[in-house]
Amino acid sequence: MFEFMHRESRALPDKNGHFGIYGGLFVSETLMQPLAQLRAAYEHYIADSDFIAELDDDLHHYVGRPSALYYAKRWSHHLGGAQIFLKREDLNHTGAHKINSALGQALLAKRMGKTRIIAETGAGQHGVATATVAARMGMECVVYMGEEDIKRQTINVYRMKLLGATVRPVSSGSKTLKDALNEAMRDWVTNIDNTFYIIGTVAGPHPYPAMVRDFQAVIGRETRRQIKAQTGELPDALIACVGGGSNAMGLFYPFLEDKRVALYGVEAAGDGLATGRHAAPLSAGKVGVLHGNRTYLMADEDGQIIETHSISAGLDYPGVGPEHAWLKDNKRAQYVAITDEEALEAFHLLTRMEGIMPALESSHALAFCKKFAPTLRREQLIVVNLSGRGDKDIHTVAALEGMRV
Amino acid sequence: MSRLTQTFQQLKSQHKTALIPFITAGDPNPTLTVPLMHKLVVAGASILELGVPFSDPMADGPVIQRASERALEYHTSLRDVLEMVADFRQDDNETPVVLMGYLNPIETMGYKTFAKACAKAGVDGVLTVDMPPEEAEDLVRQLTHQACDTIFLLAPTSDAQRMERICNQASGFVYYVSLKGVTGSNQLDVDAVADKLAEIRQHTTLPIGVGFGIKTAENAAAVAKHADAVVVGSALVAQIEQLNPSQILVELPKLIQTMRQAMDEVSL
Repeated sequence: MFEFMHRESRALPDKNGHFGIYGGLFVSETLMQPLAQLRAAYEHYIADSDFIAELDDDLHHYVGRPSALYYAKRWSHHLGGAQIFLKREDLNHTGAHKINSALGQALLAKRMGKTRIIAETGAGQHGVATATVAARMGMECVVYMGEEDIKRQTINVYRMKLLGATVRPVSSGSKTLKDALNEAMRDWVTNIDNTFYIIGTVAGPHPYPAMVRDFQAVIGRETRRQIKAQTGELPDALIACVGGGSNAMGLFYPFLEDKRVALYGVEAAGDGLATGRHAAPLSAGKVGVLHGNRTYLMADEDGQIIETHSISAGLDYPGVGPEHAWLKDNKRAQYVAITDEEALEAFHLLTRMEGIMPALESSHALAFCKKFAPTLRREQLIVVNLSGRGDKDIHTVAALEGMRV
Repeated sequence: MSRLTQTFQQLKSQHKTALIPFITAGDPNPTLTVPLMHKLVVAGASILELGVPFSDPMADGPVIQRASERALEYHTSLRDVLEMVADFRQDDNETPVVLMGYLNPIETMGYKTFAKACAKAGVDGVLTVDMPPEEAEDLVRQLTHQACDTIFLLAPTSDAQRMERICNQASGFVYYVSLKGVTGSNQLDVDAVADKLAEIRQHTTLPIGVGFGIKTAENAAAVAKHADAVVVGSALVAQIEQLNPSQILVELPKLIQTMRQAMDEVSL
């Protein structure tokens, strides 16, 4: 299942973690040595057949991979354009793609002799995935989460606690994902001897963007095989939502060399790009440095990071993975933005039309597909990454309709 | 000769260790910063370290993080901080001033513009916490061009190879982070610091400053036996948090004075 280092081996980043001008290693000196150790361990184990065999076995028996590639026939006909396939990452154990990378990193932590796991989380999906693998491996787990996110994701907070993790509320800054990441970094720098920091997305200092991408690339590899088996063709377009960008990078990566496959990353436009209340650095941000890497950011004219807004906690982040910044600049991928309202509409539409309740994050990708599919011909193929399931968002959706559940 | 080099030489001839207070510019409000800088110099500060407020100070503990938040309530920007230094220079042309901050405000201003502005304002050194030497080449070039020193961190985790590399790129002084952790932590181990400083001295003749976790006059005196400079940050900033502005102008200089005395006693 894991076939590393074949067709993808010549890709970026360079040895210092750069994707063009993006990425890199922007951390304080104390973290440079631990990051070098992580890089060495990662490069070693990713070429180690025992490690890969253990990961493959867990992905199959524990996560439930391969995840289905589902032909959304009724929705495709309804939209009247291209045929739409959904990559069902929502069917994974814990209900989202986050487990792919959490599992890979936890196995790496174990090989490196670390006994304590920390993570940051926004929507709580990465926190739940990390708490899950930590429980299974009997490791101590601390998850940092912004106070605002704790309020809007109560169910995931309780899930983490049931799994034995400690959830530490973060009350600094905007009290969301970026602040949770700052706090996890502070913990890591203080406890580097026994602690492994499992980052949830393709951002952070090198090697995280490459490592998380490699663990998530299983999504794209399966999709390639499945769409060929089902249709005999490669897809015309791939669509995925982008917060930090891990599910999108995982889907896109094995298709980067297939130039005829168009790649669309969908950011959160919140109340609309023109209002400034959004979380779309690729669509409306500028280049800067945050959380260990150079990338597109949402910042003011003084370089201070500004608060983001999205209905979906998982997309509510002012930065984006550096490889996406690179793919935007070299035009291999296109980035678009979808408002809260459009995402909600897509949430309801897919639920009613296919009996699949998508996460609000994934609903952004679906909303773009809804606009895009009718512009293609009927024989053309689109794959949308259904990165997570929507159960966790039921309270948010109900509240917007004036209901309490 | 730069103000930093001159200051270190002068102190050396007097067998003294430099004392470097750190405050965040604009904390608790922008009008207090320059008067406080002058008072700290009178109390015995050899060099001043001025924090540039940033929304996401990843390497700092809660105390300095809150200082940034207070300064940002007044929208204290990098431009404002440079103006404060220029203002300070009206009355003090001798005490070196070092800016400590994060890269994004500098990137936003542009390296060249920033370096020129530093020279114009009278900034002597720049320490960018989240910029290791690997990523620093351009900024170092621009700052060197403006005769501004670039100060780099060394950490307990830095091995011999990194020490060599960092010392080669640094100027003014090198800053040893005395513990694994964020600013204001509680685990100062003076013997371990002394061992590491001896190691660093094999790689450089630059003065070595020690910071992170120095809270009391006793800490300062103990570290002063081994270091060329002692940096005190969170202990001062914690007082700013608790006192009103007029008390700040009295109590912070008092703490610096006590530290200065304790340090001078061990060096005599």
